[in-house]
Amino acid sequence: MSDGPEHPHVHRNPPRPDQDDTLTYYRALEAAVRELLVEKGIVSAEDVRRQVEEMDGRNAGRGASMVARAWLDPAYKERMLVDGAKAAEEIGLDVGPLKLVVVENTATVHNVIVCTLCSCYPRNLLGLPPDWYKSRMYRSRVVREPRAVLAEFGTVIPDDVKIRVHDSTADMRYLVAPRRPEGTEDWSESELARLVTRDSMIGVAPADKA
Amino acid sequence: MGGLAAGPVERTEHDYALWEKRVDALMVLLHHKDRRLLTVDELRRHIESLGPEAYDKMSYYERWIHAITETLLERGVISVDELGRKIETIRAREAQRG
Amino acid sequence: MADALPPRFRPGDRVRVREAYPIGHVRTPYYVRGKQGVIERLCGAFPNPEERAYARPGEPLQPLYRVRFLQHDVWSDYGGQSVDVVEVEIYQHWLETAQ
Repeated sequence: MSDGPEHPHVHRNPPRPDQDDTLTYYRALEAAVRELLVEKGIVSAEDVRRQVEEMDGRNAGRGASMVARAWLDPAYKERMLVDGAKAAEEIGLDVGPLKLVVVENTATVHNVIVCTLCSCYPRNLLGLPPDWYKSRMYRSRVVREPRAVLAEFGTVIPDDVKIRVHDSTADMRYLVAPRRPEGTEDWSESELARLVTRDSMIGVAPADKA
Repeated sequence: MGGLAAGPVERTEHDYALWEKRVDALMVLLHHKDRRLLTVDELRRHIESLGPEAYDKMSYYERWIHAITETLLERGVISVDELGRKIETIRAREAQRG
Repeated sequence: MADALPPRFRPGDRVRVREAYPIGHVRTPYYVRGKQGVIERLCGAFPNPEERAYARPGEPLQPLYRVRFLQHDVWSDYGGQSVDVVEVEIYQHWLETAQ
């Protein structure tokens, strides 16, 4: 598998001017490690390609379908709150060895997720996390001043609502089940799922309005 | 890192480059129970060893490919010499492409 | 399946996080060391990540708990509501019964 050029549609924040060499070095390092592992028969090029494709196929929609199902089915919701991974598998989502805790937003409680130590995230369900979730700023501040950080995201939590910050420090991964928006009484599961955004499942925003 | 003062959260996001996705893929494949050639804990230890400046100087996947490489070297899966030669080969190949 | 140490705590128990600062890889964040909280649940037992970080098996498996702390017990200058909490996964060997 040749190390071809990046896809032209990929946009990135531009590297800092003095980091051009660093970028090239680490890209070369990735290629070197990968090629050595292939030569040694530890992984194949096809293994790598397939794994990239598999992770590309994971997205917030998978978590959204769980939340939408929970909004419509209280018994499913209870099972989801007890064992998130099993609930994912129940609706046909392959999450591998993920240990998932789902926490529910209510009228009096709002949940938000962080991994202060590195950037743990329920990748096997939702795919790769956004840059800001992995940033030093988010990780150091949301645990200490969650209301201020949420306000920066445009989410104001009223004083009579308790905030639970979950720091994903060890083997569990977390998903927030946001509250069901008003005016969605007759909506179908797939219509409801479209309101459940990635950010609402991290806890920095509510689900989209109807 | 929890609790250290920091500035406003930047909301910029970027699509992952192919090399970054491959770093992620290597991590998943090497961690897999069929191979068990690294643990997430070893990777985290190596990233912590980089120190806080790493967060200014290196991007997320740069830190992870560093950590993956250190772990494989430590475990003797690859040697420093063959890694150096392979990087040399790859850079020469890229230079030839122009 | 490797042996697991028996759990010493149950949900509702008041615990204190030890205030130790070893070098090496540790999953107990600085901000809760020396602080008191309540066991929210037992998550199960897992290999000790401090040992796994050095490619050792990390056995016997160590019970892992979610511990709930009141934010104003953790941060002296916490600016939010008095009921706000932070919940953190902590391994049993970092916990002792609160006095």
